[in-house]
Amino acid sequence: MNQPFVNTSPQVSDEIRQTTCYMCACRCGINVHLKSGRVSYIEGNRDHPINKGVLCAKGASGIMQVTAPSRLRAPLRRVGPRGSGAFEEISWEEALQTAVDWMRPLRDTAPEKLAFFTGRDQSQALTGWWAQAFGTPNYAAHGGFCSVNMAAAGIYTLGGAFWEFGAPDWERSKLFVLFGVAEDHDSNPIKIGIGKMKARGARVIGVNPIRTGYNAVADDWIGITPGTDGLLILSLIHCLLESGKVDLDYLARFTNAAYLVNSTDGPNKGLFVRNAEAQPFVIDRRTGAPAPWEAKGVQPDLGAVWQGHRTVFQHMAERYLASEYAPEAVAERCGVTALRIRQLAAELASVAFDQAVEIAQPWVDFRGDEHATMIGRPVSFHAMRGISAHSNGFQTARALHLLQILLGAVETPGSWRMKPPYPKPVEAHPTPHFVSVPGKPLSGPILGYVRGPEQLALRPDGSPARIDKAYSWENPFSAHGLMHMVIPNAAAGEPYRIDTLFLYMANMAWNSSMNTAQVMQMLTAQESDGSYTIPRIIYSDAYASEMVAYADLILPDTTYLERHDCISMLDRPVSEPDAAGDAIRWPVVELDRDVRGFQSVLLDLGARLGLPGMVNSDGTALYKDYAEYMVNHLRRPGVGPLMGFRGTGAEEGRGAANPAQIARYIENGGFYQAHVPEAASFFKPWNMAYQEWAVEIGLFDTPQPYLFNIWSEPMRRFQLAAEGHGPHQPPDHLRDRLRQAMDPLPLWYAPFGDADERFPIHALTQRPMDMYHSWGSQNAWLRQIRGHNPLFVPTKLWKEHGFHEGDWARVTSANGQITVPVVHMAALNPHTVWTWNAIGKRKGAWALNDGAPEATRGFLLNHLISELLPPKGDGMRYSNSDPVTGQAAWFDLRVRIERVPAPDGGASLPAFGAVPRVVPEGGAK
Amino acid sequence: MNPAPSVIVFTVLSGMGFGYLALLATFHDYSGAAAFWHWAFGYVLATIGLMASVFHLGNPQRAWRAFTQWRSSWLSREAWGAVLTLLAFAPLALSDWLGLGLPRGFGWLGAALALATVLATGMIYAQIRAVPRWHHWSVPLLFLAYAVAGGCLLAGFRVSAILALVAVAITLWLHWRIGDGAFARAGSTLGSATGLGARGAVSVFEPAHTAGSYLLREMIYVVGRRHVPKLRMLALGAGVAAPVLALLLVPGTAGFGLAILLYLVGALAQRWLFFAQAEHVVGLYYGKR
Amino acid sequence: MTCLPGKTDKALGLVIDLDTCVGCQACVTACKGWNDQGYGAPLSDQNPYGAEPSGTFLNRVHSYQVQPDAAAPMIVNFPRSCLHCADAPCVTVCPTGASYKRAEDGIVLVNEDACIGCGLCAWACPYGAREMDADAGVMKKCTLCVDRIYNDTLPEVDREPACVRTCPTGARHFGDLADPTSAVSQLVAARAGYDLMPEQATRPTNKYLPPRQKDRPDQASLLAPLLDIKATGFAGWLDRVLGKI
Ligand SMILES: Nc1nc2c(c(=O)[nH]1)N[C@H]1C(S)=C(S)[C@@H](COP(=O)(O)OP(=O)(O)OC[C@H]3O[C@@H](n4cnc5c(=O)[nH]c(N)nc54)[C@H](O)[C@@H]3O)O[C@H]1N2
Ligand SMILES: Nc1nc2c(c(=O)[nH]1)N[C@H]1C(S)=C(S)[C@@H](COP(=O)(O)OP(=O)(O)OC[C@H]3O[C@@H](n4cnc5c(=O)[nH]c(N)nc54)[C@H](O)[C@@H]3O)O[C@H]1N2
Ligand code: SF4
Ligand code: SF4
Ligand code: SF4
Ligand code: SF4
Ligand code: SF4
Ligand SMILES: [Mo]
Repeated sequence: MNQPFVNTSPQVSDEIRQTTCYMCACRCGINVHLKSGRVSYIEGNRDHPINKGVLCAKGASGIMQVTAPSRLRAPLRRVGPRGSGAFEEISWEEALQTAVDWMRPLRDTAPEKLAFFTGRDQSQALTGWWAQAFGTPNYAAHGGFCSVNMAAAGIYTLGGAFWEFGAPDWERSKLFVLFGVAEDHDSNPIKIGIGKMKARGARVIGVNPIRTGYNAVADDWIGITPGTDGLLILSLIHCLLESGKVDLDYLARFTNAAYLVNSTDGPNKGLFVRNAEAQPFVIDRRTGAPAPWEAKGVQPDLGAVWQGHRTVFQHMAERYLASEYAPEAVAERCGVTALRIRQLAAELASVAFDQAVEIAQPWVDFRGDEHATMIGRPVSFHAMRGISAHSNGFQTARALHLLQILLGAVETPGSWRMKPPYPKPVEAHPTPHFVSVPGKPLSGPILGYVRGPEQLALRPDGSPARIDKAYSWENPFSAHGLMHMVIPNAAAGEPYRIDTLFLYMANMAWNSSMNTAQVMQMLTAQESDGSYTIPRIIYSDAYASEMVAYADLILPDTTYLERHDCISMLDRPVSEPDAAGDAIRWPVVELDRDVRGFQSVLLDLGARLGLPGMVNSDGTALYKDYAEYMVNHLRRPGVGPLMGFRGTGAEEGRGAANPAQIARYIENGGFYQAHVPEAASFFKPWNMAYQEWAVEIGLFDTPQPYLFNIWSEPMRRFQLAAEGHGPHQPPDHLRDRLRQAMDPLPLWYAPFGDADERFPIHALTQRPMDMYHSWGSQNAWLRQIRGHNPLFVPTKLWKEHGFHEGDWARVTSANGQITVPVVHMAALNPHTVWTWNAIGKRKGAWALNDGAPEATRGFLLNHLISELLPPKGDGMRYSNSDPVTGQAAWFDLRVRIERVPAPDGGASLPAFGAVPRVVPEGGAK
Repeated sequence: MNPAPSVIVFTVLSGMGFGYLALLATFHDYSGAAAFWHWAFGYVLATIGLMASVFHLGNPQRAWRAFTQWRSSWLSREAWGAVLTLLAFAPLALSDWLGLGLPRGFGWLGAALALATVLATGMIYAQIRAVPRWHHWSVPLLFLAYAVAGGCLLAGFRVSAILALVAVAITLWLHWRIGDGAFARAGSTLGSATGLGARGAVSVFEPAHTAGSYLLREMIYVVGRRHVPKLRMLALGAGVAAPVLALLLVPGTAGFGLAILLYLVGALAQRWLFFAQAEHVVGLYYGKR
Repeated sequence: MTCLPGKTDKALGLVIDLDTCVGCQACVTACKGWNDQGYGAPLSDQNPYGAEPSGTFLNRVHSYQVQPDAAAPMIVNFPRSCLHCADAPCVTVCPTGASYKRAEDGIVLVNEDACIGCGLCAWACPYGAREMDADAGVMKKCTLCVDRIYNDTLPEVDREPACVRTCPTGARHFGDLADPTSAVSQLVAARAGYDLMPEQATRPTNKYLPPRQKDRPDQASLLAPLLDIKATGFAGWLDRVLGKI
């Protein structure tokens, strides 16, 4: 038989350029293939530390992002009423001048009247620095509505957090437990890791009301009732303590379990007992006498009682041994049987202690004590928004960290490990700076970690200094700000009015806001004189998102293949537990329209405004563009945005600026890695080899060993204030809440709003792996995969309501109503309904046809959520946020459902009118 | 399966045309202009059908390639069959027209080829295991029965036509009876399609894509299945019973004319149903058949 | 040509691990991306930004729920592409010879220059592995990335299908299933890999690995290790626990 000839070796492309993906915040390395200067194919970069060659569905269809008809084409100025979509194209010169004309008077008189908030970017090292130079305290990125609970609980407890800042030891872990994760930022590493673990036959357990994705492949599924993870975890802790299955040696050496807690009534009660140098100390088991916690050879006594003061360990054990945490007591509430809880505890204990791993690697700890080997507990955990997006999320995340600590399962072989620049204790983080002075920069970084009430961002009259009320008594540890409160507060003039709202890469008029309908109203609200309540809105987007229509001035960004970006150690780098790493993006294709990289635009604005650090002494721009900044900017002596190829090109972490740096990154595949020495790769917070290496490469300036915080003193300080101690006192209506929420030991309380019996059902969203928030729908391939979303209903409710295939339901919350199609799902917690996040689109946006399924059938749960809780008895309306951090409590949503006839035309409700088009509808590709 | 109009028209008309040509070649003896018109009519019917099938192609300009795989492909065999049949009849047709006096025995060869072509058409469907309703000898039989009945009607053989129509009814009944249980007998279920059947009850959670696709349009055509009983009545009633009655009650050409019209309605309904009712096993993956 | 080659020297194919596939759809777009610019006509999309988009894909990932009688319900993600069957009915039905199975490695391909777009092969395939491209009017199907796996312009490591290369969880494996010593054959043996719809008598080359047994039975024996400390009162507990150091 003669077969046709097949050319099995076609030339794939003319050229490959290596850069960093940006269809999400995972930051995978990509090989962009070009044919005649145009992108022809994108694949993963095998050498890249994050993705090791693989790509997700979004990354592999990045080409569709670059050819999307929704791309903005030139700067726009609003000419009609706000929201009417009447824009005119203007030149960049006009656009920048307009922005400067609006901003300069603010800087000269009241810098706080500029509120600068950024969404999904990874340029916070730049944007935060810019805002600081401008002098406004009103700056944050999206972390406040995203997962600040995880970040803050991690930093305050471990000096490191989940997100993408740590990772299980995928090679050695034998048991991996995931709490509330659908996808996460570190999505490819998690997928690679789960794949590896499963190939090795290690066990994966998913704790999640919904069994899809990672939880679908998990060997065990615990379909917990939403909002109760804290209770489950504390019950596991109860079991472990009851049976003595805790790593006492680890607790004594590496945590503050042996610190003494002051038992004397008064302003110091519950703080640590301190010595003359104001240092907490421990009782040395060898002598029974007080000894410095960090002294060589000291053996901290967990059972010590000294002058009536007991150790943290005893306080902790006493609390969690109480019968209220027994599995039998929590089972029903959690929707998990007591037997199952005990089994899980037993499995954790058995893997941690009976299957310990040992690496023949000697190491020396900060006390100078030598360890012949590295012994680890091969139990690892990961958690994300399923825990954090509840109003009890901070304490739940703390509880999970406590569980890890008790098992000795942080920073040990086989367990969960941190990625440089973490570990980094809370003490090594800045405190928030917020006092604005006309014409001056702020005196320090805007975001930080408060240690006590005196560091809250309050004005002399006690009112919040920030527009989002971050670092106020309402949410003292709001380390990432509260992006979800900016528009509501600005619209209400609470705590004050602002002039210009400057947003970057955040679709606040749609899926990123709670209560979409009201936020759209707030954006267009007018005063009696016809002026807008939020007088000016400047927005940078790359695409025709829903938000674009609500801006007054649009600074169109490039797509990710057309600009420089810096994935920096100062920000959210691409480190792995074994290596510090950073990366760049660079223009791999030429621009074909009048848009500019936002970072370059920001630097240009800074220079025009004469902001310190952005201008030469003669007032000219210091940096031509972002690329120049990436190379030349210094944050500390020798430390700049990029760590690799510094100085002569051979210096790592520290060194002078190297003009060839970007070229070297490009040569190296777009990234740089500094490998953690073998002896330094575990026990990092206490391992002197690590501490010295970190200083050497510029992560810190001096070694910073520290102990994990089982008992959180900063929290206790707020509790003390709530109890009436100290000069800084909360408003009375917040005392009870602070007393409860700021408990120095992890605790569980029911999520706010749980009590409303009218709404018995939990309603959740999950991220689809193949879509990134709102911006995946403009991708012609991805939107075929997921162009609309149903509400998934568990068997119990399906039967109760008599649903059939093709039915519709009306879903009602305290805040609103939607009518949507339903689909049955068996592998779902019986009290929970859910849908995919951000699939629903507003008509007219994203260059889609008005009849697009995203706009007709697709829907958002956001219409049912509110940034404020329903009014309380006292008439107060609290924000729908965690009381510790201000994290938006997206997943506290409670609803009821009814079976209803399909709405006319099979379109989900509410159906908002079309948002005016700023780009024409897309035709053929 | 998607009842593509071109394929429906093709199978009905070409079957009828070949049936007619076969009879023309064997049992008739027209001459002169009458022969011309009768042969031309048969040729046109058969060719309209063939043309219709070519329009159904994605790349009709390459249709000639369909002749290359006669060793393995029923579609290729059908193509050959059609062309050979038309060629085989040509001398006879010319002879009838021009009075060349070619022996009638010549016609039997063409008739055999015509029936073989119709059989090949039926086999195109019958060979497809993935459509259990089709994967049966009753399908080529049915195609043959329709072709013969259509041929008899056009040829004006009253008794034969009635007998052939009765044969159509019987094969139809057989085909439906056998077809209705075919999917179940084939043993393909969502359990076997996914291999997960032994683990528990398998059902679709999410479709692969929310958007439409060729598969959904072509293979998973579920529109109008609820009209099955009505369409079956139509196929039997209009397509068989009514023409038989017409032939019995209405004398002369009028009876034939009426019967042919009714037969066509019934045959088209049957053919639509033949596709629309046929469930492809790929539908299992979509929870739809 | 449309006759099957009988025994092929190799039987190249995929092994898909349903225990590991998280349903991320990466293989779907990687396949689309590669084949949009590679073998034959691009994979077209109709109405890409319209109300009813539709396009050609060679690999689609489904998701099923499985409800066992006595265990927790499961979701199983299920990628579906051409299985490169040994007895490929799609090949034998093809009237033009465009559809063929390669004698050297068993890959089933469509020679698009010869395809008339009659659609019969798609009817013949039980697995829905063939899609007619609406723009080009030719039949498209998984090529097993024949233009990657032998491509000597690519580095050695990259000579594997695009979907395998991109799969983040490593749920897709590529190799010679005719060679019992190959990694894929061993995986199939170890994990009881199986054929889809064996009753269709297509003898697929691709194999699927079943989900592993999931969810612990409710047995109490696991609790044993937790019972070795029992004490009354907090002081007693503290004594016992700290006594272990
Ligand atoms: N119901 C519900 N709502 C939620 C959540 C939830 O779980 N449930 N999650 C919340 C969370 S955690 C988050 S982080 C938010 C996410 O919400 P957002 O941060 O608002 O994310 P996107 O919708 O992707 O919007 C980002 C905007 O950036 C634009 N963009 C994309 N690429 C570029 C670029 O290169 N340059 C510029 N300048 N702009 C670009 C997009 O066009 C889009 O308008 O959603 C929140 N909303
Ligand atoms: N593909 C893709 N990747 C993304 C994004 C995206 O839009 N698309 N967005 C990025 C962003 S901004 C973020 S913040 C991350 C978020 O990544 P994830 O944290 O994975 O975010 P969600 O999808 O919101 O998933 C929350 C999970 O928690 C579960 N859950 C909800 N409530 C509870 C509970 O009370 N207990 C438990 N145990 N589980 C619960 C939900 O079922 C869901 O599985 O993903 C990032 N990565
Ligand atoms: S996870 Fe996907 S979208 Fe995100 S950076 Fe990686 S490849 Fe790109
Ligand atoms: S899966 Fe379908 S297309 Fe592929 S070889 Fe088998 S029958 Fe042919
Ligand atoms: S569509 Fe093409 S490959 Fe398929 S059977 Fe027809 S000619 Fe052959
Ligand atoms: S082997 Fe190639 S053509 Fe086949 S599904 Fe995978 S990527 Fe697509
Ligand atoms: S890429 Fe891998 S994990 Fe993702 S859907 Fe495909 S086979 Fe499954
Ligand atoms: Mo987020």
